[in-house]
Amino acid sequence: MLSRTASHLYWMARYIERAETTARLMQVGARNALLPDIGGGYRNDWEAILQASGSLEPFREKYGETKQRNLETFLFFDEENPASVRSCLARARENARVVRTALTSQTWDAMNSTFQELNQLHRTERSKLSLTDLAEWTSNACALARGSIEATQLRNDGFHFMGLGFTLERADNTARLLDVKYYVLLPSLTYVGSGLDQTQWVTLLRSMSAHRAFQWTYRGEITAARIAHFLILNRQFPRSLLTAVQGTCDNLDHLARGYQNPSEAQSAARRILAELAEARVEDIFDEGLHEFLTRFMRQNAGIAGIVQDTYLTGEPA
Amino acid sequence: MTQADPTYFNEMLNGSDVRAAYESLERWQAAMPADLRSLKQHEAEQLFRRVGITFAVYGEGGDPERLIPFDMFPRVFTAEEWRKLDRGIRQRAAALNAFLADVYDRGEILRAGRIPEHLVTHNEAFEKAVVGMRPSRNVWSHIVGIDLVRTGRDQFYVLEDNCRTPSGVSYMLQNREIMMRMFPQLFLENRIAPVDGYAAALKRTLVSVAPPKCDGTPNVVILTPGQFNSAYYEHSFLADLMGVELVEGQDLFVDGDFVWMKTTEGPQKVDVIYRRIDDAFLDPLCFRSDSMLGVPGLMNVYRSGGVSICSAPGAGVADDKAIYTFVPEMVRFYLGEAPVLENVPTWQCAKPDQCKYVIENLAELVVKEVHGSGGYGMLVGPKADKSQLEAFRAKIEARPENYIAQPTLALSTVPTFVDEGVAPRHVDLRPYCLVGEKIELVPGGLTRVALNEGSLVVNSSQGGGVKDTWVLAE
Repeated sequence: MLSRTASHLYWMARYIERAETTARLMQVGARNALLPDIGGGYRNDWEAILQASGSLEPFREKYGETKQRNLETFLFFDEENPASVRSCLARARENARVVRTALTSQTWDAMNSTFQELNQLHRTERSKLSLTDLAEWTSNACALARGSIEATQLRNDGFHFMGLGFTLERADNTARLLDVKYYVLLPSLTYVGSGLDQTQWVTLLRSMSAHRAFQWTYRGEITAARIAHFLILNRQFPRSLLTAVQGTCDNLDHLARGYQNPSEAQSAARRILAELAEARVEDIFDEGLHEFLTRFMRQNAGIAGIVQDTYLTGEPA
Repeated sequence: MTQADPTYFNEMLNGSDVRAAYESLERWQAAMPADLRSLKQHEAEQLFRRVGITFAVYGEGGDPERLIPFDMFPRVFTAEEWRKLDRGIRQRAAALNAFLADVYDRGEILRAGRIPEHLVTHNEAFEKAVVGMRPSRNVWSHIVGIDLVRTGRDQFYVLEDNCRTPSGVSYMLQNREIMMRMFPQLFLENRIAPVDGYAAALKRTLVSVAPPKCDGTPNVVILTPGQFNSAYYEHSFLADLMGVELVEGQDLFVDGDFVWMKTTEGPQKVDVIYRRIDDAFLDPLCFRSDSMLGVPGLMNVYRSGGVSICSAPGAGVADDKAIYTFVPEMVRFYLGEAPVLENVPTWQCAKPDQCKYVIENLAELVVKEVHGSGGYGMLVGPKADKSQLEAFRAKIEARPENYIAQPTLALSTVPTFVDEGVAPRHVDLRPYCLVGEKIELVPGGLTRVALNEGSLVVNSSQGGGVKDTWVLAE
């Protein structure tokens, strides 16, 4: 397969995943804004949200104040914000368009109709669109794309490059969401276990569509340790770091098998997987959750770098 | 639609009688209620959008991905009509290739004085960089699109030849797919020759011209300028149908004696390039140095027989306006046959007796500048007023060598769906002839239709649409 084709497939998947994450962040922000703050008034977590999507600075430059209406515009519609849902889905569709020959018509259909609907939404009067609707629309659009890929694409190398895009981006995004919560919203460990913390953690779970899943899995009190375990080490939760890295390993193994040529990316991914498989929550808290997450994001980006060099440039290995 | 306008040849009606080939279509359209028709029209549009057969127009505002209007009323050729066209198209494609092989070699036709030498060697499309080249099988133009119009039962004229990279074949294929999907019954009632062999034939053709240095199965690719090209969908569509890679210049590089493409498994050799970019952009080292679309060093590999380029660089000289006049001469010279298809009669004002005729009949003729294009500096006699005619008369008398004249052609009409029902509209036809080891032609082509009443302009930019084109099986 052409390296450029593989690259477009890979990025298409990354952008789909990223769009979904932005939509989740929007939901967290909106929900948090409804919660009373400890010091009176309401909480304003938007800065943390923007920081997580790496767009606090551009937002300040463009809009100044963190008003909810501005935030919605910025996170959903703003084409100048590379992390906005619109930017991500437009890019995903653009990547798809270039490699039409590598996609089934269902997958293309999903990408294309999503884009048409997005333009429709853009033309709709803003007062008629609730943030929740926008976020839900995004999850549905992404589920449609994912479902079409899963149900119709050949299990060839292209499929696994898309798979890699999803799993690498997801691992990164989960780590980021978790990091916002811990690092920015909870600067001091002494808050852990307080009543306020509880609602924040629940918000985090909700943002991952994992609130009920958590209850089913742990059937008990929500503690920081349990949540960390759930989001990082749980093999059942589809967005946990361990599950995502497992997915990355699987995709890399498929590629290596198909090409009959093992890759460095495989060993790098296996190293992370081995570490997560052994890890206990206590170890992570000892290292410091933020430190652990930072290290993880760096390692995950490292795999992406090797994938880029090995497969996506077309240079002789 | 009971009586045909005798000014134009009506392909469905003979006076008030429906021609045999159209009988079932006449019944079909008469039985179709208006609401079903608009439903089907809508369905067709949805299908086009979904398969993505749009053409891209950037920089003009509006929707950059546009649809060419599709008219559901098919155009029909009988087997007998097609036999003659088939013979004429193949003949013309063979002659054009023989001409190209000759002018880049010994130039016998020029030595024999059949074509003025300066028209060829001073032509912008004449590529000095390939003089003396002999491409694989000595084929230069592998896909020849010949634009035809019809003015009578047996009267067809060639409007122009396209020897470089004629586009539109994806419409020929998609129009058929969509008609078969929407109106299967029509295909049971009529025996219609299939066109879906085109992709396989194209691949066969490309494989058959693999370069001498290629051993093993030739690796064929389509080279596109990229997604912003107006025909990008066609490029990806053909690549998909043939199961070959669709590459851009950035995917290819030259190393040693070969061209390679960058793949996830490292470099892979490329043997045949079906290019959909112009000569000037192929190789920045040989042609335009600012080209970002091409592959540096490509022409060296081509010249040393490491890769085939389809169509061959330099093929454009055969479809030049100035050369067009001489194609019937090529048929006689190279093939020793009488031309089956005629050119549109052309008067050269440079020749005094012909100029006299033009001046005397100005009101009935179309006068064009020899080097003009896009309809500029043109006089359409029947549509001009007295002062315009006078002004042009003066222009021609001042510089006769600058002008040629042709009759205003009475393009044939085919029934077409319009708001009020069905009405005759003018059409042309572009078949796609493949030249490789063999000459192949699928029975059919792209019919373009001028959707505006009375219009003779079939271009999609000026209200033109497309139709499915049927050739009835023998």
